[in-house]
Amino acid sequence: MSLNLTRRDLARLITRIENGERGAQEALNALYPHTGRARVIGITGAPGSGKSTLVSEMARAWRLRSGLDQPQVAIVAVDPSSPFSGGAILGDRIRMRDLYGDSGIFIRSMASRGALGGIAAATADVVSALDAYGFEIVLIETVGAGQLEVDVARIAQTVIVVEAPGAGDEVQAVKAGILEIADVIAVNKADREGVAQTISALQSALDIAPANGHHGARAATELASDDGTGWRPPIVKVSALNREGIVELLAAVDTHRDYLVATGEGERRYQQRIESDIKARLRELLLQTAMRRITQIDYQAVLAAVGQRSLHPAEAALKLLDSLHL
Amino acid sequence: MRTRLEWENETLKPSLKRAPERRTAFETPSGIPFEIIYGDQDANEYPGEYPFTRGVHPTMYRSRLWTMRQYAGYASAQESNQRYRYLLQQGQTGISVAFDLPTQLAMDADDPLAAGEVGKVGVSISTLDDARELFDQIPLDKISTSMTINAPAAILLALYIAVAKEQGVAEGKLRGTVQNDILKEYAARGLYVFPPRQSMRLVTDIFAYCTEHVPHWNTISISGYHIREAGSTAVQEVAFTLANAIAYVEAALSAGLDVDEFAGQLAFFFNAHNDFLEEIAKFRAARRLWAKLMRERFGAKDMRSCMLRFHAQTGGSTLTAQQPMNNVARVTIQALAAVLGGAQSLHTNSMDEALWLPTEESVRTALRTQQIIAHESGVAGTVDPLAGSYVVESLTDQIEQRAKTLIDEIDRMGGAVRSIESGWMQSQISDASYRYQREIESKDRVIVGLNEFKSESAGEANRKMTRFTVNQAVEQRQRERLAAWRAKRDGQKVSELCSRLEAAARGTENVMPCLITCVEAGMTVGEIGNVFRCVFGEYHPPTVI
Amino acid sequence: MTTLPEPKPGASEISARPLRILIAKPGLDGHDRGAKVIARALRDAGMEVIYTGLRQTPEMIAEAALQEDVDAVGLSILSGAHNVLLPRIAEALRERGLSDVPIFAGGIIPDEDVPALVQAGIAGVFGPGSPIADIIAFIRARTPARD
Repeated sequence: MSLNLTRRDLARLITRIENGERGAQEALNALYPHTGRARVIGITGAPGSGKSTLVSEMARAWRLRSGLDQPQVAIVAVDPSSPFSGGAILGDRIRMRDLYGDSGIFIRSMASRGALGGIAAATADVVSALDAYGFEIVLIETVGAGQLEVDVARIAQTVIVVEAPGAGDEVQAVKAGILEIADVIAVNKADREGVAQTISALQSALDIAPANGHHGARAATELASDDGTGWRPPIVKVSALNREGIVELLAAVDTHRDYLVATGEGERRYQQRIESDIKARLRELLLQTAMRRITQIDYQAVLAAVGQRSLHPAEAALKLLDSLHL
Repeated sequence: MRTRLEWENETLKPSLKRAPERRTAFETPSGIPFEIIYGDQDANEYPGEYPFTRGVHPTMYRSRLWTMRQYAGYASAQESNQRYRYLLQQGQTGISVAFDLPTQLAMDADDPLAAGEVGKVGVSISTLDDARELFDQIPLDKISTSMTINAPAAILLALYIAVAKEQGVAEGKLRGTVQNDILKEYAARGLYVFPPRQSMRLVTDIFAYCTEHVPHWNTISISGYHIREAGSTAVQEVAFTLANAIAYVEAALSAGLDVDEFAGQLAFFFNAHNDFLEEIAKFRAARRLWAKLMRERFGAKDMRSCMLRFHAQTGGSTLTAQQPMNNVARVTIQALAAVLGGAQSLHTNSMDEALWLPTEESVRTALRTQQIIAHESGVAGTVDPLAGSYVVESLTDQIEQRAKTLIDEIDRMGGAVRSIESGWMQSQISDASYRYQREIESKDRVIVGLNEFKSESAGEANRKMTRFTVNQAVEQRQRERLAAWRAKRDGQKVSELCSRLEAAARGTENVMPCLITCVEAGMTVGEIGNVFRCVFGEYHPPTVI
Repeated sequence: MTTLPEPKPGASEISARPLRILIAKPGLDGHDRGAKVIARALRDAGMEVIYTGLRQTPEMIAEAALQEDVDAVGLSILSGAHNVLLPRIAEALRERGLSDVPIFAGGIIPDEDVPALVQAGIAGVFGPGSPIADIIAFIRARTPARD
C-alpha cells in the first residue's frame, strides 16, 4: 500500500468524490499516478438474474485463490435513486453477507443519483480511488433496472452480462440490448429448468451479431475497436447460490484479460477510454466556460427566439458560440 | 341447492353420533332457543359440507369449544414446563411451545451468535435432556402440542418423538402440530436457514414420515399470521397463505404422495385483526377457496382434504405500548372475530406484549378473554352466526375473488416459491405495510392512544405495570448444561451418526428416522443444524424493501 | 507516499449532499417490518439508506458503517437482546474510530432499559409507535455538520 490512507479515510474520500465536494478533485489528481493497476470488471444484467449473489461469490472465489494470486477485492454496488425524493435504498450488502470478516474485501454501495446508464456519474472516479488504494480487483455491479445499462463498458475492462432462465424462452439481455457490451456471459441459476433454452437463445443472438458485434455498443460509447480477431463472448453456466461454476467464470474473465493483452485490444481500449474521458471532461468544461461567458442578454434573446420558433436550436447554439468570439 | 332436511339427514345426524352436543339445549338468557343454523330451507352452503364456508363441523362449538391454546415458552425447559403445567391447571386445553431464536435457527445455546438471545422469546432447547424437561409430567398421549418451529422442524419433531418413546407413548398416538411452514419464513418472518429447495425437501420428509407413522399429527401449519404481521392486507394474507399451501401440496405430490393421504394433515394459522367484519369474512372466504382448490385443482376426493382447519392468533402488531390496558379491548374484538369466523383453536395476546414478554397475570387475562367469549357471550350457541348478513356474505365473496386473482398472478409467475425467490411476495407485503404506516402518520387511520386520544400519563402507566424479565442467568446455565451433555455422551457414536446424517441429507432417503436416532444418541440441535448447513448451504434473501 | 490535500468544505456544496444512513437488524429476530418502513421513510425524506438485512453481528454493522461512511446508524431489534447487543455495537463502532457516528435504535425496548443504553452510546431510542417524523428529526438534528 503506497498511500497512507486508512479504510476510513478511503470511505470518506469516496463520499467526497460522490458529492463533488471541494478537495475531491485535488485528491483524485494526487491519486492518479497510483491508478491503472486494478482489473475493473463490470457485472450487469436484468433484475432477478442474481447479480449480487454472483458478485459476492466471485469476490469470495478470488479471495480463495492461493498465494500471489489472492487479490484485494473492492465491490461498488450501484442502486437507483428515487426520482421523487432523491433518496435511495441500497440493499446489495444483504446478499454479500458471506464476505464479512475478510479485511481484503471492501464493499461500497452507491446511489445512481439520476444517472440512467446503470452506474452513477461519480462511479468512475470512485473506482479510481479504489484502484489507487491498492485493490487489485474492482467489481462494479450496475443498477440492473432492466434499462440500457451500457455505461459500465466505459469503465470496465471486462463486462459480464448475467442472465437467468426465466419464464418462457425470452432472454432479457437480448431484449434490453445489453448483450452487445458482453465480454463474458454468465447464465446464473443454472440448476433451474430452462437453462438449455436460455443458452441456445443466447447462442443464436450471438450468431446473428456481426463478428465483433459485442463491440457495437462500445462504438456507441466511442470505444469501438477493429481488432478483427473476433472475440466471441463465452457462455458460462453458474449457480451462485450453490457455488457452482464460479471458478470457471473467473477463468473466462482471465481468458478475456489474456485476449485483451495478446491482441493489443486492451491497450487500444485503454487509449480510447483515456481519449473519451478527456473529451467528455473537456466537453463539460467547455460548456461551463461558455455558460459563464455568454451574457444573460444574449442568452435570454436566443431562448425567446427559439421559443417562438423563429430560430432553430442549432442556429441558436451557433449564434451563442459566435458571441464568444473564439 | 340443498334442503335443510337433506343436510340434517346426511351430515348433521351422523356427526351428532360421533360428537354429541355439549348441552341438551342452547338458548338466550330470555329463554329463546338457539337453532343449530339459521337461514332459508334451501341453501347452497351448510356447515360441515363442501365448500365449508360455514365451518368445518356441522355443530361447531355446540359440540366442542375451540382449543384455547396460549403460545408460551421462555428461558429454560424447566421454567417453561412450569408455565405449561400452570396453564393446563387454569383450563387451557393444549400447549403451544415457543422456542427461542437460536433454537429456531438450529443453533445451540452456546453458539457465539446466540449471545443475548438464549431463552428470550421462547424456550432454549439444544438437547434431548432439554426436551425431556420441557414435557416432564405432561402426558404426551393425552394433550396435543403445537410447536412453532420451522427451519429445524424435523429436528424438534424427532426430539418430541424421542421423549414420547421414553414416556412409553407410541408415536402413532401423538397429537399436535409442527409449524413447518418455511415459505412464510422467507416471505415474512425471517427465520429461514437453508435455501428453499432443500427446505422443501425437509418439509415433505415430515409429511411422508407422519403419514405413515404419526397419523394424528398436523404436519404443517400453513401460516398467514406472520404475513399479516409483516404488514399485508387481509386479502393478501389469504392469497399468499393459500399460494404457499399450493406449493406444499405440489411438493408432496411430486415426492410421490397421494393427495388424500396427506392433505387431511395440513393445518392453517391465521391472524385475527381489528377490522371485525372483514376478519370474519376472511376466515369464511379462506375455507371456501381452499375447498375449491383442493377439489378442482388437486382432485381431492376425501372431504377431509378439502377442510381448511385453522388456528388463530390475535394480531400482535395491533397492540400499542401506549395505554396498554386498551389492548384488552382490541384482543377481545379480534378473538370474537376468530370465533365468529370458525377457528379450531385460538391464542389471545396479552396486553403487555408491545412492551415485553407477557407476565403470568396478563397471560391469564388473555386466556380469560377467551373463556368469557366461550361461556358468557352466547356466540358459541349457534353455528356461523353471521351467515346471511349482507355485509359479511358480500365481503366473503369479494375476499375470495380478490385472493383468487392474486393466486392466479402467482401461478403465472411460476408459483409461490418463485414469487418468493424473486422477492415479489415480500415487496407486495412491504408496500402494504408502508401504506398502513403512512395512514397512521397522517392520521387517516386512528389508533386509539397512539395518534389520537393520547393521555399524558401513558408512560407513567407503563412504569406502574409489572414487567416480566427472563432470568439473565439462563444463558450461562444452558451453556453449562450443554458442556456437561457433550462430555457424557458417546462421542464416537455421535461422530459416526454425523456422517450417516450427512449421507442421508445428501441422498434422497427420508431424514426423519435418522434424525430420531441422532437425537437419541445425544446429537444437539445445533450439531444437526450444522450438518444440514454444510450439505444444503445457507440462504440469503433477495433485496426487497 | 502520497498525502492527500485536506478537504476544506464550503457550506454551499455540503447542503446538496444526501445523508447516508445505515439501517441494520442486529440479533436473530426476523421481524424486519419496522426496519423496512424506516428505510422507506428515510428514502422518501431524501436520504440514502444502506440496508444490511437480518442477523447482523455487532462487527458486521460497524464494518458496514465504516465502509459506507454513514452519517448515522439505525438499529431495529425485537428479540429482547438489546441490552446485550446494542452496547456491543456502540463499542465496535468506537473501536473503528466511529464514535462520532450517532446510533439510534427502535423495537421493543422497555423505558427502564433506556438510561443504560444511552449511557452505552445509543443516542436515540424509539419505542413501539414512535412517529417516523421524530426519527427523521433526530437524524437531522444529530448530523448538522453535514446536512
